[in-house]
Amino acid sequence: MDPLFLARLQFGVTTVYHFFFVPLSIGLVFMVALMETLYVMKKKEIYKKMTKFWGHLFLINFAVGVVTGIIQEFQFGMNWSDYSRFVGDVFGAPLAIEALLAFFMESTFIGLWIFGWDRLPKKLHLASIWLVSIGTILSGFWILTANSFMQHPVGYTMANGRAEMNDFFALITNGQQWVEFPHVISGALCTGAFFVAGISAIQILKKKKVTFYKLSLKIALVIGVIGSLGTAFSGHGQAQYLVETQPMKMAAAEGIWEDTDDPAPWSTFALIDTEKQENNYELNIPYALSFLSYSKFEGSLKGMNTLQAEYADKYDAEMGEGTNYIPPVKTTYWSFRLMVGFGMAMILLSLVGLWLWKKGKLESKVFLRFLIPAISFPFLANTFGWIMTEVGRQPWTVFGLMTTADSVSPNVSSGSILFSIIMYMAIFTVLAIVMVYLMVREVKKGPEMHEQVDESVSTDPFSKVGV
Amino acid sequence: MGLSELWFVLIAVLFIGFFFLEGFDFGVGMATKFLARDEKERSIMVNTIGPFWDANEVWLLTGGGAIFAAFPHWYATMFSGYYLPLLVVLLALIARGVSFEFRSKVPHSRWTSSWDWAVFFGSLLPPFLLGVLFTSMLKGMPIDQEMNMSGGFSDFINVYSIWGGITVTLLCFLHGLHFLTLKTDGDIRSRAATLAKKVVYAVLGALVVFVGLTWFMTDVFQVRLVPELILVALIVVAYVLSNVFISRQREGLAFTMSGLGLSFTVLSIFVGLFPRVMISSIDKAFDLTVYNASSGSYSLKVMTFMALGILPFVLGYTIWSYYIFRKRVSDKEHLTY
Ligand code: HDD
Ligand code: HEM
Ligand code: HEM
Repeated sequence: MDPLFLARLQFGVTTVYHFFFVPLSIGLVFMVALMETLYVMKKKEIYKKMTKFWGHLFLINFAVGVVTGIIQEFQFGMNWSDYSRFVGDVFGAPLAIEALLAFFMESTFIGLWIFGWDRLPKKLHLASIWLVSIGTILSGFWILTANSFMQHPVGYTMANGRAEMNDFFALITNGQQWVEFPHVISGALCTGAFFVAGISAIQILKKKKVTFYKLSLKIALVIGVIGSLGTAFSGHGQAQYLVETQPMKMAAAEGIWEDTDDPAPWSTFALIDTEKQENNYELNIPYALSFLSYSKFEGSLKGMNTLQAEYADKYDAEMGEGTNYIPPVKTTYWSFRLMVGFGMAMILLSLVGLWLWKKGKLESKVFLRFLIPAISFPFLANTFGWIMTEVGRQPWTVFGLMTTADSVSPNVSSGSILFSIIMYMAIFTVLAIVMVYLMVREVKKGPEMHEQVDESVSTDPFSKVGV
Repeated sequence: MGLSELWFVLIAVLFIGFFFLEGFDFGVGMATKFLARDEKERSIMVNTIGPFWDANEVWLLTGGGAIFAAFPHWYATMFSGYYLPLLVVLLALIARGVSFEFRSKVPHSRWTSSWDWAVFFGSLLPPFLLGVLFTSMLKGMPIDQEMNMSGGFSDFINVYSIWGGITVTLLCFLHGLHFLTLKTDGDIRSRAATLAKKVVYAVLGALVVFVGLTWFMTDVFQVRLVPELILVALIVVAYVLSNVFISRQREGLAFTMSGLGLSFTVLSIFVGLFPRVMISSIDKAFDLTVYNASSGSYSLKVMTFMALGILPFVLGYTIWSYYIFRKRVSDKEHLTY
């Protein structure tokens, strides 16, 4: 098999897997920190129980997030060595800063938080969890700086046959970064919120610890509204930026072959025929794409055929005559639709939740039942979002500078890559099963049990053995 | 000193920090199978490193990140060249990392003992393989004109590299035993000290053979005879002193000495390499050096500012967290329940 294909498969599998845990960690630790703040401020026992209960679920998830991240740090060198040589000068810096600034902070203060319940004064203990939360967000910031460079390269010059950094400030003020970072963080807040909301809904339906879970649900709804509206607003910002910097990705995400009318309609459904380069059936919302792209109800977008010709003029000299600049259209189109669809569903659910809360009808069975499958919505939206972003950038890894085909390690055999994919998949499967099993177990034990266990067996979570 | 030399030094510091810190928690992980008599003792041992292991591992991640940022070619050549050994390191670190969190979550002895095996192998394989890796780097690997390395089986696996792996593993094991004498009490503490007093002979033996092999297999002693001889002497002194201290129950000093021994060992590798970062066994001209593998000066300058700005904070809160958890993980505490 082709090493390029295998390396791409491996990168996709390991990052998507990593990114199941990442947003849940970012979102959940933020909520746990809020809960502990409420506990320290209001001194009510219920908030402490909340902090511990959701904190335990967070820790299980965090462990898997951390270990899957270790792969990410090394795989650029392992599978993408030519890429690393070409952009290391620019791209390595944010990665190293992420480790120095964020990973040290996260890992040290998580230790202090887990083991420090009895050893630290309340306020310092609270500060620890906030520092973990800030650490996760900083980690996101720096890795997204790196990713933004790949989407929209800035702050570099070409020298010695590679990209060299010449403006660090430009790198961190990259316009792409400042639409991407808020979007990813909002998505992470959604993930935490709908996780807490869904689990609370299950327990309320079962009439278990209703007060506890209703309070958790309320906190989740507030964060859910902020997160889901946040993704929509920042997503709108991304779309506008995309039209300017990567019009081809936008055209592919919309399935537009020829330039659109002015104003442009937003496609909700289309049967795309990539061979004939046309759509057989379309269902459109008038004006909406113009609004998404320009924040006004006019303006047209370029189609893929026009852009192919424009890109050919611009890049063919380097890439060779007849290069295809159109990314996999259907994947890009449908992952965009799915992300936005799940996003809309989450906005709707959280607003309905607020409304029910105000009416005092939060225990509405129909609503609670909707929240259960909604646990999966942010995970799906996150995954489809990344697939759209990364697949839509093809054939490049660094837009306009380096292709994916040129990025791969020339000295690693397909056998090695295949073997490592199999090993990763195997260990990922085990991790997923164990994690779900442990989470279900913790949820079944419920919040009260925790207090007992915690009081009877010292403060160390590792020492609960044999009780 | 130019910036690329400075970054070589900083990377050496990061790896010394990594082996000093993660070295002892690897050692503790290995000791769980040699020293602990039952599940409870194993839990105590794991608890001694509970708050620290994750941050210790970040030293390795930062080392990797720093190589990427400061020497992209080094990063690319090394990580793609050592593909399979690194894969095993990653798998081991994954298994180990989750085991700490998971092992006690279900009070069932089959459950716990499965994760304890993961702790053991997860703590044994990485130092061994990293030892193999650094040793074979000293010896030189087939690196071509394009800076790509494609080693055959015997490039990775040979007497010298295996011996390097064993040596590093033993150094970590001893360091971990010393850590246990510091952080536990009663029976485990004295057993750890007794075992440490035996292991130190294996450590010294392994080191002597390793130095001998290094003399014949590499050019390290030709390139830097005096500094290397001084380092070898320091390493030996450190381990001898560690044994003196442990016999007098000065556990803190003994631990410091085994830490210094490890640090000097890592340092001697970096001193032997400099100014090369990867040695080509095909042709000297293909060596990667701090000059031809480094990033541009702008990038290095940015990184220097960031590193020197952030590192003091990292060191500050790391030391603070060791201070918070300075107490011995007491046996009694557990027996009460
Ligand atoms: C720092 C850089 C970086 C970052 C932060 C991300 N990616 Fe990416 N992604 C790449 C750098 C990259 C890449 C190296 O450029 C790849 C590998 C091959 C390729 O086509 O692009 C890629 C490919 C790639 C693919 C496969 C696309 C294809 O082969 O056509 C997927 C599904 C993702 N990524 C998903 C993600 C996810 C879920 C991320 C969140 C953690 C993520 N990416 C962050
Ligand atoms: C492909 C690029 C990526 C690399 C190289 C990478 C690297 C890593 C590494 C090495 C860790 C483990 C740190 C530790 O031991 O504490 C980690 C964890 C983490 N990463 Fe990533 N990561 C990537 C993508 C992302 C993205 C896109 C985000 C966020 C937007 C992110 C956020 C986090 C967070 C919050 C953690 C903490 C652990 C957890 O998730 O529970 N990472 N990452
Ligand atoms: C509700 C309307 C939404 C819109 C209009 C929107 C828009 C966008 C756009 C245009 C991109 C591509 C940016 C690029 O390639 O440069 C993107 C990426 C992404 N989206 Fe969304 N999005 C929405 C909802 C969501 C939701 C609800 C989530 C997750 C909970 C989410 C998660 C992501 C992620 C993880 C990415 C990839 C990272 C990035 O480029 O920011 N999105 N989104």
